[in-house]
Amino acid sequence: MKSISLLAPGHRGCAGCCDAMAAKFTLMGAGEDCIVVSPTGCLEVMTTPYPETSWDVPWIHSLFENASAVASGIEAALKALGKQGPKIIAMGGDGATMDIGLQALSGAFERGHNFTYVCIDNEAYMNTGVQRSAGTPYGASTTTSPAGKVSLGNPRLKKNMPAIMVAHGSPYVATTSLAYPKDMIAKVKKATEIEGPTYIHCHAPCTTGWGFDTSKTVEVARMAVQTGLWPLYEVEDGKVTKVRKIGNNKRPVDEYLKMQRRFKHLFTMEGGAEEIAKIQAIADKNIEEFGL
Amino acid sequence: MAYDMKMDKHKMVVVEGSYAVAHAVKTCRPNVISAYPITPQTHIVEDLSQFMADGEIPNCEYINVESEFSALSALVGSSAVGARSYSATTSQGLELMHEVLFNVAGMRMPIVMTVANRAVSAPINIWNDQQDSISQRDTGWIQLYAENTQEISDMTAQAFKISEDKDIMMPCMTCMDGFILSHVYEPLVLLEQDITDEFLPPFRPDRILDPRNPMTFGAFADPNFYTEFRYQQEQAMQNALKKIEDVASEFYDMYGRHFGGLIDEYRTEDADIIIMAMGSIIGTIKDVIDRLREKNVRIGLLKVRAFRPFPAQAIMNVVRDAKVVVVLDKNISLGMNAGALFIETKSVLYNTDIHVPVIGYMIGQGGRDIPMSTIEKIIADAEEVMRSGIRTESQFTDLKEELI
Amino acid sequence: MKIVPGAICEAGTSRVNKTGGWRTFKPVYDYDKCIKCKLCELLCPDSSVRPKEDGYFEFDYNYCKGCGICANECPKSAITMVLEEK
Repeated sequence: MKSISLLAPGHRGCAGCCDAMAAKFTLMGAGEDCIVVSPTGCLEVMTTPYPETSWDVPWIHSLFENASAVASGIEAALKALGKQGPKIIAMGGDGATMDIGLQALSGAFERGHNFTYVCIDNEAYMNTGVQRSAGTPYGASTTTSPAGKVSLGNPRLKKNMPAIMVAHGSPYVATTSLAYPKDMIAKVKKATEIEGPTYIHCHAPCTTGWGFDTSKTVEVARMAVQTGLWPLYEVEDGKVTKVRKIGNNKRPVDEYLKMQRRFKHLFTMEGGAEEIAKIQAIADKNIEEFGL
Repeated sequence: MAYDMKMDKHKMVVVEGSYAVAHAVKTCRPNVISAYPITPQTHIVEDLSQFMADGEIPNCEYINVESEFSALSALVGSSAVGARSYSATTSQGLELMHEVLFNVAGMRMPIVMTVANRAVSAPINIWNDQQDSISQRDTGWIQLYAENTQEISDMTAQAFKISEDKDIMMPCMTCMDGFILSHVYEPLVLLEQDITDEFLPPFRPDRILDPRNPMTFGAFADPNFYTEFRYQQEQAMQNALKKIEDVASEFYDMYGRHFGGLIDEYRTEDADIIIMAMGSIIGTIKDVIDRLREKNVRIGLLKVRAFRPFPAQAIMNVVRDAKVVVVLDKNISLGMNAGALFIETKSVLYNTDIHVPVIGYMIGQGGRDIPMSTIEKIIADAEEVMRSGIRTESQFTDLKEELI
Repeated sequence: MKIVPGAICEAGTSRVNKTGGWRTFKPVYDYDKCIKCKLCELLCPDSSVRPKEDGYFEFDYNYCKGCGICANECPKSAITMVLEEK
């Protein structure tokens, strides 16, 4: 029987790898008539050690910062050659999307190319060893924003990518989570069917980088949604249209933070409770803003 | 072999060099053009933009990218899908593309890019020298340098043909001196559409991104494989040595115009002094040579047209029987106190039985004018070298001592 | 094998790499508890859960890395992670 997945086994992703799951769900949403562009990162490295590849769809990797530009070129070429039809998807990590690739992403969206960008946000530069990125949340310890005697870890808030992409006039922007795969698949399908540049931001807990057991990837992702730290919503033509309410499942942020090694220091350091309270405030703000 | 240029005066028009290039690009039937403006390349991309706006380039998309990095990156995508892809840049833009230049060559994409040679910052300077393209000589791009606007126009079609050859599949930079050739108005024959449609067949790469036959492009190559990929690129460069000559010959057969293959020679047959250079300075040098020949100075010009692949054998054949070689460089490799053409010429001669003294002059930097008198002074130095050997191997030219 | 210029690969060739050797624990089904919700197949990061003719599932032990996500998420606790004996 044919596999539901267009990502073949044999890739070098860690056991429980979030990137593998995100890629799998994206391809399930897009279908086999697609062309995928990835920037440098875990996903690219773990799936394509020459001569092996895990991609059962056409796939191209160029550089770290230019996935959106490469996708723009593919889109233009298909149009010029009269070969439009395949869905064009750029899929990469938070470092490649929110930091080094932001210019190309902004340019591609401003020009209105018809493609979907999926950001797999595991909240650090994972492939190079867990360094801080614009996606690293407040208080997280990474190797370049480590917790220490005079440091609480990353002192900055996550860059609000969905808002940035909405500001570009994208017709469809949505957040997704590995804990809600059917939701993600549906959102990716919708994004790829809408004309114009569409954006999906996927929360992807990384067992190796965040420090939790390989079996807990989905559980941690669910907890993030249930605390309000990762709101699930869709924005269509600039308006928030669908929100996934937390309802009775609301959890305090402590329960999420203590599952992960990268936040452990918040529970032992002096002033840690205040820092955790700040993170709770972030969650509370999301809950209010999105009506979770 | 002598090439009698067949220039039909009735077909000639007076146009700006940039226009001739844009027209040539149009005639080559590109599918994707990406453009980011930078002086002095702007007229090329503007003219192309107007052609697009007037519907004169069918089956083509024009992308107004947000930087040169994206300009070339977009072409990685378009070329991978089988689109004939083109861009133009210079100086800072070319430097910004540095990473992508290696990437394009490594991915074996036959992209053609016009470089309107300009000095590099800092200090910022928009005028002509060849530091920009020269500084990219290790990236794996074929580099051709044009003498005049007719040549750069013709070279555009040749570049696509060379690059897209199945045994080559390497990108090509066609270099024209910024302002000097891009903004000058000269009479020339615009690239002919009917001949070009025959000369340049449609682009049909063996492998493209296609859901009907999915493939992975740009895998990573660990130490077990990387060397062999690099070897393949070098082999392609070696193949290009012959291909550049063949394409120039074919072009002559079909269009009646020839500006050299890897190199060109002017009055070198019995020359004691061989002067070597690239680009628009060739024109000035030819005038100087004519003047000096009337005074019976045995001097000839070796025009280097292809800088990459480096035409070592062709150069050796010309300089073998000379008494001195003078190399003019519109660039400097800082720390070597010498220009690249000089360094590389000297290096290819070293292990051979050709023991001709080679001297180098870094000239025309940042657009400094090169009058005939400057060249004549250099020739006078060369004559001195013939008499009493090398005193200064490599030096700056026309240095204004009073400023330093 | 001959390398292809540009490092171009045919699709799905990673299947030669049997990652099953990575695991310490392996998942085992209790079909009595399984309700065929298909969540295990959906979630597996390594496409190592295959449907069978009867609608239940089986693991592809050639590739299963033993991450345990299927066991952790199964709504009926129908999957147990068992230490693999060699």
